[in-house]
Amino acid sequence: MAQPRVLVIGGGLAGLSATMRLAELGVQVDLVSLVPVKRSHSVCAQGGINSVNSLTRQQGDNEWKHFDDTVYGGDFLQHQPPVKEMADWGPRIVDLMDRLGVPFNRTPEGFRDQRRFGGTLFKRTAFAGATTGQQLLYSLDEQVRRWEVEGKVKKWEFWDFLEPVLDDAGRCRGAICQDLVTMQFRAFPADAVIIATGGCGLLFGRSTMSMVCNGSAVSRAYRAGAWYGNGEFIQVHPTAIPGADKLRLMSESARGEGGRVWVPKTPHDPRDPRDIPESERSYFLEERYPKYGNLVPRDIATREIFDICTNEGLSVEKDRLCVYLDLTHVPRETLDRKLGGILEIYEKFQGVDPRVVPMKIFPAVHYSMGGLWVDYEKSSTGGLVEGSPRNQQTNIPGLYAIGECDYQYHGANRLGANSLLSCIFSGLFCAPGVIASCDSGGKKAAEESSRLFDSGLRREEERHRALLVRTAGDENPYDLHQQLGNLMTRVATVVRRNDQLAAAYAEVCSLEERWRRCAVSDSGNWTNQNVVFTKSLGDMFPLAKLVLKGALQRDECRGAHYKPDFAMPGIHATDPVEKRREAEAWCDRFEANTRRWLKSTVAACGPGGEPEISYQDVDTSLTPPRPRLYGLVGGEEIEDVWKERQNAATVGGNAHKGPAAFAGATG
Amino acid sequence: MIRSVESTGHHDGGQPSQSPADHGGNGHSAPQRFVRVRILRQDAPGEESYWERFEIPYVANMNVISILQQVAAQAKSRDGRRVAPVAWDCNCLEEVCGSCTMLINGRTRMACSALVDRLLDESADEIELRPMSKFPVVRDLVVDRGRLFHSLERVKAWVPVDDSYDHGPGPRISPENQEDAYPLATCISCGCCLEACPQFTKIELVRREDESADDFEARRTAAFDAGFVGAHAISQAMLFNGHPTGKMIADERLTALTAQGGIQMCGNAQNCVAVCPKSIPLTRSIARAGRAATVWAIRKIFDR
Ligand SMILES: Cc1cc2nc3c(=O)[nH]c(=O)nc-3n(C[C@H](O)[C@H](O)[C@H](O)COP(=O)(O)OP(=O)(O)OC[C@H]3O[C@@H](n4cnc5c(N)ncnc54)[C@H](O)[C@@H]3O)c2cc1C
Ligand code: SF4
Ligand code: SF4
Ligand code: FES
Repeated sequence: MAQPRVLVIGGGLAGLSATMRLAELGVQVDLVSLVPVKRSHSVCAQGGINSVNSLTRQQGDNEWKHFDDTVYGGDFLQHQPPVKEMADWGPRIVDLMDRLGVPFNRTPEGFRDQRRFGGTLFKRTAFAGATTGQQLLYSLDEQVRRWEVEGKVKKWEFWDFLEPVLDDAGRCRGAICQDLVTMQFRAFPADAVIIATGGCGLLFGRSTMSMVCNGSAVSRAYRAGAWYGNGEFIQVHPTAIPGADKLRLMSESARGEGGRVWVPKTPHDPRDPRDIPESERSYFLEERYPKYGNLVPRDIATREIFDICTNEGLSVEKDRLCVYLDLTHVPRETLDRKLGGILEIYEKFQGVDPRVVPMKIFPAVHYSMGGLWVDYEKSSTGGLVEGSPRNQQTNIPGLYAIGECDYQYHGANRLGANSLLSCIFSGLFCAPGVIASCDSGGKKAAEESSRLFDSGLRREEERHRALLVRTAGDENPYDLHQQLGNLMTRVATVVRRNDQLAAAYAEVCSLEERWRRCAVSDSGNWTNQNVVFTKSLGDMFPLAKLVLKGALQRDECRGAHYKPDFAMPGIHATDPVEKRREAEAWCDRFEANTRRWLKSTVAACGPGGEPEISYQDVDTSLTPPRPRLYGLVGGEEIEDVWKERQNAATVGGNAHKGPAAFAGATG
Repeated sequence: MIRSVESTGHHDGGQPSQSPADHGGNGHSAPQRFVRVRILRQDAPGEESYWERFEIPYVANMNVISILQQVAAQAKSRDGRRVAPVAWDCNCLEEVCGSCTMLINGRTRMACSALVDRLLDESADEIELRPMSKFPVVRDLVVDRGRLFHSLERVKAWVPVDDSYDHGPGPRISPENQEDAYPLATCISCGCCLEACPQFTKIELVRREDESADDFEARRTAAFDAGFVGAHAISQAMLFNGHPTGKMIADERLTALTAQGGIQMCGNAQNCVAVCPKSIPLTRSIARAGRAATVWAIRKIFDR
């Protein structure tokens, strides 16, 4: 029997860790990527990677707490067994990256230093300067290069994944890809295909993501029948630097070191911000949240900044939404010492010194919690069965998804520094199961008749040719992309309203219609970036639709998905009896909402390309969902009532079968 | 080699130029300013290169990437002809992926961090973009930097771990060692140092009609192996020779560095360090590598 051969699409953290592990286990790997893998988007991650460590352990931390923080932060929308397994693997993964040579910051004694990130009380985050993602990616890139020299890995850089190839039984047998230099097509027979192509920020036009994060590969798998989970959950970071080309991240630490957010009280005040007197400034976060000030939680900061610009019309600039983030009152020496790196980014790209002039910032799309639906096999201890071919497998046998492009680990909201972990974890952990799957597929893909691949090749060649001859159309793909991005940013990010979502859905359909009339300005067949972009734009519409439809249908607030019409306000009564009654009613409503909406959204691509949405129960068998009351008025009273109910349920022997907890769905 | 498609001239000076009528100034809002760029284009390897000029609406805080995005969107040259969009490489847009190196106003640098306002200060009337000259042009501003990554193979730029199973943490490392290593580890493989280096010369091979892909690959690799490895690879070799585990194959790296195309080719011109966008202390790495190579050569004589 021929050797198994695996095709990995994407060489970010997830794709590289899977490749390294597979090569080590003796499998021949083809690694396809739009850009040289060392230039993947993972290089952008600055903050760090989470895991329990010897220090936090002695302060009372453990893997269970990391698991619990993650599902609580994600508003309980993730299946719990995979998250538990990931938290358990955390320490091992950071140790491994340490051995691979990642220059983590050190304590005076030479141990790894750690910092604290949002959503936890422990210093769980290991970091390497201000470029942790880059350092992690490089160390995996180096190991994969080593395997390349050994002949175990073949890289196909500047190649575009176009479609998976399925056999008559519906099993994935490889893929069709295209060389972006010569524009040649090629079939890649494989016994399993792993998609590791990252996020889809380009759906929103500009974001904090890189230019290849266009979601095209995922969209193509979705059109071929793979399901997409939790598409409506998109994380928006409160502070990014608006740029004509990209929205660059401005780390939360700027506010941590005393940065104040404000807008002039006069809309679009033309004066130099330094000349605007205190009395004519609105420090709106400090005014609205006296207790937390500028350090309100991420989602609240995001919503308030968005609101003051869009609804109150107080954006600093007229043509561009932004507010001031002001550090000019902090001594220069402090700024240089504590924020040097990130202030340099601002200075480098804005050409303005933020130590002297207030920065202009605005929220930006940052992360997609949703992604390809993947399966898992639950173990008797509540984690996963290592080596099971079901782990990370999409609903198409033999087709896998890992990293930011799967929907598995972050639920309705991702905690900082958890993504790098989930990427490396899913990549390493899936490998033995993928191999088991290769062995179960019967005939090796290399032995398949070429007929299987020919029809895919012909379809893609035809699709490409049809685009090339469209030189006479009247639509410009770059303009259409901008319109799509503006629309999605306006209706499907921070605040969502049903009327707007419904209207936007219709508008996306009409943009897609207009896309069919796009003219390509380059009809050549050599390094034609124009036609590649136009193609990937076409693939954004199916994803945009499932994001909008998922958001439209989900009538609740959960994590990053916020609909003011369905928000659950706090309680305002002062009379103790009335207060109690309101708290009971609040908890009733919470439980009812959990029963109705604690479900994964699963989108399947219908025959006309429209998403068909269904809902699956979430496996909350390890810890029952509980309300997130952070900052809510009357939160203490609600918490009391909630605890009483939980205790009553426990006494009744029902600890894990509370009304809100569902039995394992897919596990 | 270089032909000009358009007539040059008619600079009206000043920066950036005011709206020409054919750009549809709508008359009532503030006049739109424009940025002029000239781009050295080439349709494919082996083809002649030629200049093409563009005029792009000025936006505050623009960088060269936003110019190129606009060039692609309008797909029209300054004299109004429809032209194919200019091809170029980019990804992160925050100077950390190393994709977007090009010659901007004659200097090798990253397009994403090249701000238009600053460039206009350098040359008020027109910004000039050219592909890197030390790598084969694929198309327009896109070059093939495969050789740069091959150099990393030559010096075995990795930590030779046994496997990826759990064996506990890596070695203890002092903060001084980490602070020494970290800057070297931030090399983004952009190739600026190679573009500027007088010892690093272009290797451009064309696949022969009768040559198989594998044969061509082998011929290319052999040519790369004979050429200078480059400052970036020397620096990476020093990074891994300074790591407690990486050091275990230090001799293999020194063998590579003292072989053909190794450290002895470096003329110490220090052009490399001056253009590195990440301010990597390349001269320090080169000096270290030189010393290590000498010591190692002497040791080899006595070991014989
Ligand atoms: C600015 C920023 C800062 C961040 N900071 C942190 C942090 O501090 N901590 C944290 O945990 N997370 C952070 N994140 C999130 C984290 O960086 C990403 O989620 C993670 O890097 C994604 O890795 P990946 O391997 O899934 O995909 P990526 O690194 O995005 O790689 C995708 C790969 O797929 C390839 N690809 C894509 N489409 C195709 C196609 N059609 N054909 C072929 N190949 C294709 C690409 O070429 C690339 O190689 C940050 C994100 C951003 C934007
Ligand atoms: S110092 Fe050496 S590597 Fe650097 S530019 Fe000069 S010759 Fe090239
Ligand atoms: S050493 Fe500097 S200039 Fe050379 S490739 Fe690395 S980052 Fe670029
Ligand atoms: S686009 Fe990444 S370095 Fe310029």
